[in-house]
Amino acid sequence: MKKGKGMQFVGDSRITANKQKFIPKDYSEYPGKTEAFWPNFLLKEWLVGAVFLVGFLSLTMAHPAPLEKMADPTDAAYIPLPDWYFLFLYQLLKYQFASGPYFIMGAVVIPGLAFGGLFLAPFLDNGTKRRPFHRPIATSLMLLGLVSVIWLTWEAAEHVDWEVRAEQNKPVLEEAVEIDKEDPGYEVYSSQACINCHGDNLQGGAAAPSLIGIDRSAEEIMDIAKNGTGSMPAGQFEGSDEELQQLAEFIVSANKEE
Amino acid sequence: MMQKIYDWIDERVDITPLWRDIADHEVPEHVNPAHHFSAFVYCFGGLTFFVTVIQILSGMFLTMYYVPDIENAWKSVYYLQTEVAHGQIVRGMHHWGASVVIVMLFLHTLRVFFQGAYKKPRELNWMVGVSIFFIMLALGLTGYLLPWDNKAYFATQVTLNIAGDLPYIGDFAKTLLAGDPEIVGAQTLTRFFAIHVFFLPAALFALMGAHFILIRKQGISGPL
Repeated sequence: MKKGKGMQFVGDSRITANKQKFIPKDYSEYPGKTEAFWPNFLLKEWLVGAVFLVGFLSLTMAHPAPLEKMADPTDAAYIPLPDWYFLFLYQLLKYQFASGPYFIMGAVVIPGLAFGGLFLAPFLDNGTKRRPFHRPIATSLMLLGLVSVIWLTWEAAEHVDWEVRAEQNKPVLEEAVEIDKEDPGYEVYSSQACINCHGDNLQGGAAAPSLIGIDRSAEEIMDIAKNGTGSMPAGQFEGSDEELQQLAEFIVSANKEE
Repeated sequence: MMQKIYDWIDERVDITPLWRDIADHEVPEHVNPAHHFSAFVYCFGGLTFFVTVIQILSGMFLTMYYVPDIENAWKSVYYLQTEVAHGQIVRGMHHWGASVVIVMLFLHTLRVFFQGAYKKPRELNWMVGVSIFFIMLALGLTGYLLPWDNKAYFATQVTLNIAGDLPYIGDFAKTLLAGDPEIVGAQTLTRFFAIHVFFLPAALFALMGAHFILIRKQGISGPL
């Protein structure tokens, strides 16, 4: 009954009779109250995990994952930004000592030294002392690295207006909306100044937002067409009241078709 | 019934010792937050693993809808985000999990570093752990392109330009990642998809396996 419950092997067994079993480490060398991993400790870990999961799911529901417009390689005005955890490397490459002729410095030497040092830390800091204050060089280098990464990330993120970026790059599914160009409202739309900024499919442009996916009544649209809103100046619409009515109804109907 | 099934398997493959290796061990007092609240710092590693599991599961479900093709990638994500039941939640979990796993890994690394827990005999496990960190960053980098929206496209273009400007290996690295020395396009997307979904997870699983085997072999470092 050495293995399992009286296990017998047929023929050539590959498990030797005197195989050393794996014996879990005995923590009696550490004073105090040890606890069995299974099931006692795992139950507590489970609770920590559950609390963590609640927080994580709350974050997920409060902030849906962002999605911008479909990639458009011809959009020369787009300012690229990496995900937040690469911002510090991105920022580093903006400095004079790390770009242009010194590009190697910013792209290879500095990150290579930092991450290489991290990788080889056990061999660079090979004393027997473990407490942070007993190994001041390792501790201070790590703190220096930490402060630089946080500072670089801050410098890169500070100048970005995240809300404006998100607003300008809202996703639009282009085929979803069929614009009825026979509509009398569309005629008004294209004969007035609207089309110059909002585009021939109401898709918006550099100077104006899309008119698809808006939640406004005909009255509100008429008011905006005459008096402007946000960066849109007043007096853009110069037609008759009847045309104004047609225009507003056309825009409302384009939003309903979705 | 369960006991009989267990016995049937155990009689043939002797699984009891395996089970002992995984679960039957003691947890020392100094890492147990129930005894010392400050021991919560020892949770960071486990929580990293937990988020990694969330990433694997949510990622598996995302691939049920995602199409790695420049015409349809964005549309499939848009469809998932707006039409599919709970699609927004699953994608949200994968999106936020990618950030949270970096944060947890970072905290876990700092815990190990400042406690000097990487010292002999645990040097190897530290290097395995730092490699896992690099793999995670690479997963973040490749996953960022997959929705094929503007932020994905232009960030990847910048990354590939940096890779292309590296001395000696620049052109090779860029071609390997992008599928072409100049174009960031269809090939780039399929390559990033393959790297993100097959190559890096394979490396990640191997390294995580090594990480956990080493922890069980060496035990948790003693109290400071």
